[in-house]
Amino acid sequence: MVDTRETTYPGRLPRWGNADLVDCDVQVAVGSVDVLAPYLDQRWRDYLSESGVRAIDPHQYPKGAPISALPGSAPATGGPPGSDLGLLRAQVLDRWQARYAVLNCGFEISAIHNDDWALAMARAVNDWQAAEWLAPEPRLRASIVIPAQNPELAAAEIDRLAEHPGFVQVLLPVRAEAPLGKRRYWPIYAAAERHGLAVGIYAGGASGNPPTPVGWPSYYLEDYVCLSQAFQAQVVSLVSEGVFTKFPALRVVLIESGFTWLPALMWRFDKNWKGLRREVPWVDRPPSEIIRHHLRLTTQPLDEPGEPRQLIETIEQLGCDEMLLFATDFPHWQFDTEEGVLPSGLRPEVEHRILATNALETYRF
Amino acid sequence: MPKYVVATVDEIPPGQRKIITVERRSIGLFNVNGDFYAIRNQCPHEGGPLCEGVLSGLVRSEMPGEYEYVRRGEIVRCPWHQWEFDVRTGQSWFDPAKTRVRAYETTVETTTSLATSDADLVDAGYTKGPYEAETYRVEVDQQYIVLHL
Amino acid sequence: MVATARKNRGPVVDCDIHNAVWPGALDPYLAKRWRRHGQLFGSRTHPGSLYPKGSPAAARHDAWPPSGRPPGGDLEFMRKQHLDPEGIEYGILNCLGPAGTQLNAEYSSALCRAVNEWQIAEWLEKEPRLRAGVAVPYEDAELAVKEIDRFADHPGFVQVLLIVRTAEPLGRRKYWKIYEAAERNNLPVGIHFGGGARGVPITASGWPSYYIEDHTDMAQAFQAHVVSLVCEGVFERFPGLRVVLIEGGFAWLPSLMWRLDKHWKRLKEEVPHLKRRPSDYIREHMWVTTQPIEEPHNPRHLLQVLDHLGGSDRVMFSTDYPHWDYDDPDRAFRVRLPEEDRRRIFAGNAKALYGLR
Ligand code: FES
Repeated sequence: MVDTRETTYPGRLPRWGNADLVDCDVQVAVGSVDVLAPYLDQRWRDYLSESGVRAIDPHQYPKGAPISALPGSAPATGGPPGSDLGLLRAQVLDRWQARYAVLNCGFEISAIHNDDWALAMARAVNDWQAAEWLAPEPRLRASIVIPAQNPELAAAEIDRLAEHPGFVQVLLPVRAEAPLGKRRYWPIYAAAERHGLAVGIYAGGASGNPPTPVGWPSYYLEDYVCLSQAFQAQVVSLVSEGVFTKFPALRVVLIESGFTWLPALMWRFDKNWKGLRREVPWVDRPPSEIIRHHLRLTTQPLDEPGEPRQLIETIEQLGCDEMLLFATDFPHWQFDTEEGVLPSGLRPEVEHRILATNALETYRF
Repeated sequence: MPKYVVATVDEIPPGQRKIITVERRSIGLFNVNGDFYAIRNQCPHEGGPLCEGVLSGLVRSEMPGEYEYVRRGEIVRCPWHQWEFDVRTGQSWFDPAKTRVRAYETTVETTTSLATSDADLVDAGYTKGPYEAETYRVEVDQQYIVLHL
Repeated sequence: MVATARKNRGPVVDCDIHNAVWPGALDPYLAKRWRRHGQLFGSRTHPGSLYPKGSPAAARHDAWPPSGRPPGGDLEFMRKQHLDPEGIEYGILNCLGPAGTQLNAEYSSALCRAVNEWQIAEWLEKEPRLRAGVAVPYEDAELAVKEIDRFADHPGFVQVLLIVRTAEPLGRRKYWKIYEAAERNNLPVGIHFGGGARGVPITASGWPSYYIEDHTDMAQAFQAHVVSLVCEGVFERFPGLRVVLIEGGFAWLPSLMWRLDKHWKRLKEEVPHLKRRPSDYIREHMWVTTQPIEEPHNPRHLLQVLDHLGGSDRVMFSTDYPHWDYDDPDRAFRVRLPEEDRRRIFAGNAKALYGLR
């Protein structure tokens, strides 16, 4: 069901003038596995068709839910929203006059339990992104999809693609098998750091762990809202495990995480660190300093309060103008007012940082 | 700077401490390998009785998984929220520049130097501490810890 | 103990004090069958939450009573160290421990009953400043209801006590009978930090490595319950229900209210039983205690948090005595609260909620 309310999906805001803009979260969807066939070895093509696998759908976005797709973002010729370059050009690149857009493909590799098959699918998705998105459209950049469940294979896949200038990021699911700071994931960070790639943590993952610290909720609404808690735990894990001590050049981008929860988390985390530091002695600065230095967050969904002033105050509480990266989260439908794009009342230099500068400093464009 | 005779050396063996009250201030006296240090017994955070906390060492690390355990017996952890302070300087470990507790100078002095008349002591800048005269006048070979407030 | 002068501060209601069960304390209140069960099989819960705490028994080092009992296990010492010097007018006891979450539901229920009878005899009858939460075997709502109904009439019990790391989100129907009984008996439901006995990892990605993570992430367990209680329509179904989040912090709550409202607007067809915005239910039905109070780098940001919450009328001071992450009544707030807010937070809100007079 599509929301039948009168919708006014805004585009580029007039107050931005000609300012530079980078959209740091544009979702591309694979749809049927047939799309990937040209990029899979014959062995895997036959394996898929002979076992009847048509698609890998983790149900992260219920097809009909009003949040899942902007009206008009699904191609008339069939296929899911976010699967058509022409629409993406019109609705993202042209509409927002984006200098770059970063593609994040949420193809749920983490739902695959066979490491070899997972790698084959990841490779296919990456080659598909390179051939069908990056090659024809110079404004696009993409994220490397990896089998995070096997970090050695994942690192090899990163190495394979690292020379391709179109890839700027490596994707990890926020709902992972283990907290992402754990050492088992470090080969992935080593590879990302080696190649100047950011690590993006996206709002997905099918690890089998319950999505909340108290088990499985009943509703999709809860599932989606509680993603922010999964992100909070990953921030705590990455810092506590010393990932940024080990990989000082690493940048991590939280994608579709919300960000208004971060000030409170930093306060709580810093307070605990002052007393429990000896447990994680490699964390040699207050966690908030590490977070501000290494972490970036995309702006959508903007969990805005009724009063814009409160959102401005919360952004100021972050204590750093370099953390937020503009995003539309296309084709997800996250806003229908200008205030839902970015709050009015930001200082212009902060707004320009959010629109482009922060992204240009984060990604190897 | 008033000075107070606050304890005998024998009272505080290495690794031990004594909490004293001087001028209505609670102060912790620590013997670290034969050297005596004094810090205020009030944590700069929420006012916990800092000197009653665990005396431990410092765990440092350059890299995850590597632990360097140093200065054992020189770090007191506040009994409340576990902030770590260097008993020798009063500096906190996590924020040495800004978070510190008042540290006081101490000296060890012998009976002979103290066992003269009160007038001499006052002249020398001493003030009567909790140790009354009979303690240091009777025990001829005793050594005293003197706190410089 | 530092005898700091408690100047001109009004009385304090401390909404979180822990009375600890000392070894053997429950024996007089347990049937022979369960005493023997305890000797033979002991406490059985999920064993996988082993995070060495910040200190032994997670307690302040200065809170071990000379009597040899555990911290919080000696009323006389609690009076001397906490209730008297801090000027505590009322203190709410939240007795933690494994009673409520035993895998064996009948044993859980027997332990909870014993804890409650012990609380009456050893705490409530001996100290008029204290009130307590009813311990309940909360993973089995029917057995929990029996405990609530048994003890609700005792004037010393002022809430039903749950521990935050439950087996399922607390909005789910398996817990509704507890809310029905709490509402019927006019008792708030308190949800306290801790637990983990049912083996659900504290993060959506499994078990983290360190206590600093477990402790920091605990706030997210509270967040998940807020989301669940609202989205399941618990407050539509039980309009008299009041929920207290104890020791979860609160600076995260405005952000969560915004996020819930935002996505509810888009997804409300999924939860047609909600008649109002999620934040309306939260504002009306939920209270928070202050400890461990968030310490913003700029202390004034705490005032912004209160403003973003919509005011201070649901915020209640707590110390968490005798635990290591204790908040001191005079020092916890590093910013000067407007007088009206201060009085509400330190006493007024709790008196009104718990009917203390
Ligand atoms: S009072 Fe000492 S660490 Fe908080």
